[in-house]
Amino acid sequence: MAHAQTDYYVPHGSHWPIVGSIGLFTTAVGAAMFLNDKFGPWMLYAGLAIIIFMMFGWFGTVINESLSGMYNQQVDHSFRQGMMWFIFSEVMFFAAFFGVLFYARNLSVPWLLGMGSGLTTHEVLWSGYNQAWPTNGPADVGGDFHPMGAWGIPALNTLLLLSSGVTITLAHWALKSGERKKLVMWLAATVLLGATFLGFQAYEYIHAYHEMNLTLHTGIYGSTFFMLTGFHGLHVTIGTIMLLVILLRCMKGHFSADEHFGFEAVAWYWHFVDVVWLGLFIFVYVL
Amino acid sequence: MSSATAIHDAHDDHGPSKGIMRWITTTNHKDIGTLYLIFALIMFMIGGAMAMIIRAELFQPGMQLVDPAFFNQMTTVHALVMIFGGVMPAFTGLANWLIPMMIGAPDMALPRMNNWSFWILPFAFTMLLSTLFMNGGGPAAGWTMYPPLVLQTGDAFPFMILSIHMMGISSIMGSINVIVTIMNMRAPGMTLMKMPLFVWTWLITAYLLIATMPVLAGAVTMLLTDKFFGTSFFSAAGGGDPVLYQHVFWFFGHPEVYILILPAFGIISQIIPTFARKPLFGYSSMVYATASIAFLSFIVWAHHMFTVGMPTAGELFFMYATMMIAVPTGVKVFNWVSTMWRGSMTFETPMLFAIAFVFLFTIGGFSGLMLAIAPADFQYHDTYFVVAHFHYVLVSGAVFSIMAAAYYWMPKWTGHMYDEKLGKIHFWLSAISMNVLFFPQHFLGLAGMPRRIPDYSVQFTGFNQISSIGGFVFGLSQVLFCYIVYKTIKGGQPATDNVWEGAHGLEWTLPSPPPYHSFIEAPAVK
Ligand code: HEM
Ligand SMILES: [Cu+2]
Repeated sequence: MAHAQTDYYVPHGSHWPIVGSIGLFTTAVGAAMFLNDKFGPWMLYAGLAIIIFMMFGWFGTVINESLSGMYNQQVDHSFRQGMMWFIFSEVMFFAAFFGVLFYARNLSVPWLLGMGSGLTTHEVLWSGYNQAWPTNGPADVGGDFHPMGAWGIPALNTLLLLSSGVTITLAHWALKSGERKKLVMWLAATVLLGATFLGFQAYEYIHAYHEMNLTLHTGIYGSTFFMLTGFHGLHVTIGTIMLLVILLRCMKGHFSADEHFGFEAVAWYWHFVDVVWLGLFIFVYVL
Repeated sequence: MSSATAIHDAHDDHGPSKGIMRWITTTNHKDIGTLYLIFALIMFMIGGAMAMIIRAELFQPGMQLVDPAFFNQMTTVHALVMIFGGVMPAFTGLANWLIPMMIGAPDMALPRMNNWSFWILPFAFTMLLSTLFMNGGGPAAGWTMYPPLVLQTGDAFPFMILSIHMMGISSIMGSINVIVTIMNMRAPGMTLMKMPLFVWTWLITAYLLIATMPVLAGAVTMLLTDKFFGTSFFSAAGGGDPVLYQHVFWFFGHPEVYILILPAFGIISQIIPTFARKPLFGYSSMVYATASIAFLSFIVWAHHMFTVGMPTAGELFFMYATMMIAVPTGVKVFNWVSTMWRGSMTFETPMLFAIAFVFLFTIGGFSGLMLAIAPADFQYHDTYFVVAHFHYVLVSGAVFSIMAAAYYWMPKWTGHMYDEKLGKIHFWLSAISMNVLFFPQHFLGLAGMPRRIPDYSVQFTGFNQISSIGGFVFGLSQVLFCYIVYKTIKGGQPATDNVWEGAHGLEWTLPSPPPYHSFIEAPAVK
C-alpha cells in the first residue's frame, strides 16, 4: 500500500452488513414473537448473538485496516463526522423523552387537575384528583408509591459520572503525550467508575421495585422515570463495554499520540452519556 | 480539503464481483443506488396495488369487495409502504447515484455502512408486509398510529413497531453517510455555494432525518411499552395523554413531509435549467429558501392537530407559523418560473414532469394553505380534502420528481436513451389521470366525506367513481413506466456523455455509463 496515505480507501465488498441485517431481523422478529407470547425469548437471543458476532467481525476488519495504515486523514475525518452525527441522533432520541417529561409535568397533569382549559375534564371525569407531580394519575395506576429522592444514590452517581468525565480526559492527555501506563490506568479507572454507576443504579431499581412500589406501572411518573433512566442506563452499559474494548486495545498497544479515532469516538460517547445524566439528575430527580 | 481518490484492497480488480454476491456485499455507490431504486419501484407497485383495492372498494357506496377491517389495513399499510418504502428509498437511491458524481468523489464516504443502510430495508418491509397475514390482520389505525386505537392491533402490533425501528436505523445511517460525503468528499474547488441544488437539498434533508427519525423511534417505543410493559404515557388514567403521542409523532411527521419533498425540489432545480437552457434563477435564494423551510418545519407540527383541543394560543401560533412556510416555498416556485422565462425551452419527458411538478405541487401548496387556517381546518380535517392535499404534494410532487429524475439521469446510468415516445405517453397518461384521480377529492372533502372510511353516502358516488377511474388509469400507466425502465436497461440508442444539450455539472463529464468508481482522480472545479 505505497500510496495509502493519499488515497481515499474504498473497501471491496463486505459481508458484515448482511450479517448485521440478518441479526437485526432475527432480533426484531424474535422480540415481536416473544411479546406476542408465541415463542420463548430464544430467537431474540440468537439475533442478539448474531449482531454481536457481526460487531466483532466488522470492527475487527476496520481495526486491522487502520493498523495496516490504509486510512488517510480524510478517512479519519469521515469517521469522526459520522460519529458526531450519530451522537446527535442519540441526543434527539433522548430529547423526545425529555419532551414527554416536560409535557406531562407542565401540561397534561395540570390539565387533569383542572387548570387552564382542563376544568371540565377535571370536573366531569376526575373531580377527586388532586395529586400534583410526582403522580401516578387520577386512576392511581400502580397503587401508592414513594417518589425517588435526589440526594442519596442519584447524587452519588452524579459524582461518579462527573469524575469519570475527568478520568477519561486524563487518559486522553496521557495518550497524547505517549504515556501508555498512565493511559491504561486512567482508562481502567473510567471503566470502574462506569461499572460502579451501573451497580448503584441496579441497586436503586431493586429498591424502587421492592420497597417503594415505584415501577414501570406507576402511572406517568413511573413511566417517565424508568424510561429516561433506563435508556440512559442502557447507554452507560454500552459505553462501558466500549470503554472496556478500548482499554484492551490500549493494553495491546493500539493507538498513537496522533492517531486514535477509536479512543476519541468512545470518549465523545462517554461525555454524551454524562451530559444526558446531568439533564436527568436535574429534571427527573431534583426538580 | 484534500482531494479524494480511491484505493482498493484488491488492486487488480476494479470492477464488481460476479453473481448475486455482487449485490449483497457491494460497497459501491452505484450498485447501492440501483438497489435502492429497484427496491423503491417494487414498493411503489405493492403500495399501488393496495391503492387499487382502496379505489375499487370506493367505486360504489356500500360494502363491495373487502371488509372494513381489511380496508383500514390497506389505507394504513399503503401509506407506510409508499412513504418509507417508496419515496424515501427512491430519494436515497438517487442520492447514492448522484451525490458522489456531482461533487467529484470516488464513492460515498462510508461505503460499508452504505450497504447496511440498504440491506436493512428488505428485511424491515418483509416484517411489515407479513403482518397482513397475521392473527388480527395488519395494522389498521392509520399510518399515524394514534393511540388508543393502535393499541388494539392484533399480533401485528410489535412487528409493525419493530419494523419501523429498523427503517429508522436505515434512514439514520443513510443520512449520516450523505452528510459526511458532502462535508468531506467534495473535489477541490467545489465550495458549498457551488454545489448543485440536488446536493444542497439532500444535505438539508439528511439533517431533518437525523433530527426526527430518533423522535419517531421514541414515539413508537412508548406505544410498545404502553401496550406490553404497563407504562401510562398515552393514558390519561395514569396521568399521561393520548394527545401527547400526536405531539411527538408530528414533531417527526411534519419534518418528514419535507423529507419527502426537499430532494424533489433539488431534482426540479437541476432539470428546469437544462431544458430552459438558462442557469437556475436565484441559486443562493434557493439554498436559503430550502434552509428556512427546513427550519420552519420544526415549529409547525401541531397544524395536524387543530381539532384535538389545543389552547387558543397554540392554535394561533401553529396557524401563523405554518402560513410562513408559504413564503420560502413561493420563492422557489418563483425561481423555477423565472428560470423558464425567456428560455429556449424544449419539452423532453423529464422537463414535462418538471413543469407538471411546478403546476401541481403549487396546487397542493395552496390547499395546504387552506388547511393551515385553523378555524377552516375544523371543517376540512380528516376529510378527503386532506387526502387530495397530500396527494397533490406527494404524487404530483415527490413521485413526479422521481419519475423526472429517472428519465433525466437514466441515459447517464445505463448508457442508453429511453424511448422518448413511450416516455411522453407515460407522462400524459400520468399527469391527466393523476388529476382525474385526486382533483374530485377536493370536492368530496369540502362536501364532508371523511377519510379512512370504506363506505359513504350516496351523494358522493359520482365524484368517487371519477376518482376511481382516474386511479385505475394512473395505476396501469405505471406498468408502462416499469416497461420503459426495463427497455432502457436492456438497450436503446447509445447516450452521449453530456446526454442533454443544456446539461451542466460534473456528472455529465463522465462517460455514459460512468466507470465503476466515479472519480478516481478528483476533478478540478473552477
Ligand atoms: C405550503 C405548504 C404546506 C402547507 C401549508 C401544508 C399544510 C397542511 C395541513 C394544515 C395539514 C393538516 C390537515 C388536517 O389534517 O386537517 C396537512 C396535511 C398533510 N400534508 Fe401538508 N402542507 C404543506 C405542504 C406539504 C408537503 C410539501 C407535503 C409532502 C410532500 C405535505 C404532506 C402532507 C401530508 C402527508 C398530510 C396528511 C397527514 C395525515 O394526516 O395523514 N404537505 N398539510
Ligand atoms: Cu404538516
